[in-house]
Amino acid sequence: MAVATPPQSIEEQRRWEGNLDQLRGLVSERAITGETMLLNMGPHHPSTHGVLRLLLELDGEQIVSCLPDVGFLHTGIEKSLEDKSYEKALPLTDRMDYLSPMSNNMAYAAAVEKLLDLDVPERGQVIRVVCLELARCASHLVWLGTHAIDMGAMSVLLYAFRERERILGMFEMLSGQRMMSSYIRPGGVWRDVTDDFLPTIKQFLNDFPAKVDDYEALLTQNPIWKDRAQGVGVIEPDVALAYGLTGPALRGSGVNWDLRKAQPYSGYETYDFNVPLGEHGDVYDRYLIRIQEFRESMKILNQAVERLERVKGPYRSENRKYCPPLRSELGQSMEAVIHHFKLWTYGYDAPDDEIYNAIESPRGEIGCYIHGTGANKPRRVHFKTPSFIHISALPVMSKGYLLADMVAIIGSVDIVLGDCDR
Amino acid sequence: MGVSSKLGNMGVVTTTVEQAVNWARTGAMWPLLFGLACCAIEYMSSQASSYDLSRFGMELNRATPRQADLLIVSGRLTRKMAPVVRQLYDQMAEPKWVISMGDCASCGGVYNNYAIVQGVDEIIPVDVYIAGCPPRPEQLLHGILTLHEKVRSERIADWA
Amino acid sequence: MEIPAAKDPVSAVREVFGDALLHVKEFRGELTIVVDAERIADVLDFLRGASGLVFNMLSDISAVDYYPNDYGDAFDGEESDYRPERFGVCYHILSMLYNRRLRVKAFAADEDPRLPTATVVWPAANWLEREIADMMGIVFEGHPDQRRLLMPEDWHGHPHRRDYPLGKETVAFSFNEAEIRKHKPFATD
Repeated sequence: MAVATPPQSIEEQRRWEGNLDQLRGLVSERAITGETMLLNMGPHHPSTHGVLRLLLELDGEQIVSCLPDVGFLHTGIEKSLEDKSYEKALPLTDRMDYLSPMSNNMAYAAAVEKLLDLDVPERGQVIRVVCLELARCASHLVWLGTHAIDMGAMSVLLYAFRERERILGMFEMLSGQRMMSSYIRPGGVWRDVTDDFLPTIKQFLNDFPAKVDDYEALLTQNPIWKDRAQGVGVIEPDVALAYGLTGPALRGSGVNWDLRKAQPYSGYETYDFNVPLGEHGDVYDRYLIRIQEFRESMKILNQAVERLERVKGPYRSENRKYCPPLRSELGQSMEAVIHHFKLWTYGYDAPDDEIYNAIESPRGEIGCYIHGTGANKPRRVHFKTPSFIHISALPVMSKGYLLADMVAIIGSVDIVLGDCDR
Repeated sequence: MGVSSKLGNMGVVTTTVEQAVNWARTGAMWPLLFGLACCAIEYMSSQASSYDLSRFGMELNRATPRQADLLIVSGRLTRKMAPVVRQLYDQMAEPKWVISMGDCASCGGVYNNYAIVQGVDEIIPVDVYIAGCPPRPEQLLHGILTLHEKVRSERIADWA
Repeated sequence: MEIPAAKDPVSAVREVFGDALLHVKEFRGELTIVVDAERIADVLDFLRGASGLVFNMLSDISAVDYYPNDYGDAFDGEESDYRPERFGVCYHILSMLYNRRLRVKAFAADEDPRLPTATVVWPAANWLEREIADMMGIVFEGHPDQRRLLMPEDWHGHPHRRDYPLGKETVAFSFNEAEIRKHKPFATD
């Protein structure tokens, strides 16, 4: 096993310590001569939303250049996925973007379904939409709380987590786990919704819009909030596109691009909702968009819950080569036992070919590239994750702003380091 | 605390130095504001309104290790992050305690591969391990109370 | 504003680049074109800018390793996939105007794998290429920042190659407990 070894020579020692030479060309010449200051921010810093390290070049308080250093949470998930069969690999994907594990499950499950050419029954799709939109709300609630704390509004976190606990309670109802639910699986979902789920979510949908109004009352017209957010971290639409931003960070610049509308999956084309857009591409617009997305998610959830009561039928594919039979069938059908045994020991074969499938997570486009081997394990799985792209665009967003604006900018693009490093 | 009620309203409390110090240490054990991965979100949940860690005198997170008593390693520890965590631990002033929160920090969890340190006890001493992926806030509270018990049973002879 | 009619990317690339277009395949509705590795940046630049194509966004770059023996065989059309070299690098590009995706693929050899950088076309390629250089060991010529991205600076090897071990620690049983305990000097009872 390859591990880090101590430096063997003087040259290696220099590289180990990290001297300025390797930064030549990445920071300005003034930093090499010591005219501007190089400041290390992170990986342990309260406002970097995890273990992000930023090397900032400062001229006084002004950011001249910014070099993000990631990988402090590189978990080797993609490599581990190559060692597991398709179904068993699913729980690992939960832990990439740990604020919205459902979206990761969906990205992976939808990609596997595409590779296998597997259809999902309608009820399964409706349950998926419910989960994805709840996950969007839960993720945005953490974003709201932490972003507000970064900017000095301490109490918003307490309000936001109050509602998040209710959403996590609903996830627990569905899957038995609060956060890492592994609920959305290739072919559908793990099991049907429980009897007490519908009354709970209806109560939540009834209460939540008023809570969103509360958050807005705390922040939207707050002069301190506006001062810190408006005109900060501006990114122009063409620059945002060139850097590949997606999700609220792109829509904040006014680009109308939402995969739920543009390339619908899981029946999103049948729901009536709007895509909120910003104008200025600054921190404040990105904040407004996410607040609006709460309301749009409520719209989708109301329709989906209504549909959940109406649409009956199977919640996962009936194709027994890929989806396990019901527990109740096991006692009655020998064939079901064989399928069950085969699926939980070997798994299933997928074609030796490649697919790429993308969905809209709370942060943006999360894409999954799978290359099969013809056997039960993939040759390569790669996730295109929004946080990775957004962190790579931090230098262009932060250039010319003050050091104190940096935390506002980091908060506004809503990064998750597990999502970035994988 | 052996409060003697026989003394009436004289306002005298009798106890031992051991008990008084341990009481103080458990009553205001400030954790380091530090999170690694998924467990950090559950740690935030326990800080927030529903679970409210301030009931145990822990509402104050210190961002600097110099002022912190408790390091909660919340999440998977990568080989790139390991030197940083060790340095944070070294910077903390004695007495200091470590809680390893979650499976990944305790033993590597589901990530048995090249990137993850298989248990934070490879680099720093751990007082309490909490199982779960991620542990529920109740489990974290239980872990903290277990640590309090451990601290209360410390002896003056062992301090030096 | 009049939007020009969408063009077929395959015929457009064949028209401009001729022999550099090596292979075309479609799987599950996804179009893949394989182009000559040396011309990859030019092809991407063309696909981004040409009227009727406008693949304006780089969604992802992912590399795949065909180690140990799934590459290099003679391509016989129907039976096998087109895999002349060990490493395949897939550029997933997206046209927002025409709402379609395209995968452009280039192959790099086992020994000293090199590709021209796409950072001149999209700045988004910067980190995506750095990640591949770190994880797969493919050098992108002309890339402005050749440091490692995810792994520590002093790491040996490229973890996402198929011949790199997963590096797992064995499960502790009574017979090997002492061996595993050695790695955990601070674990006490």
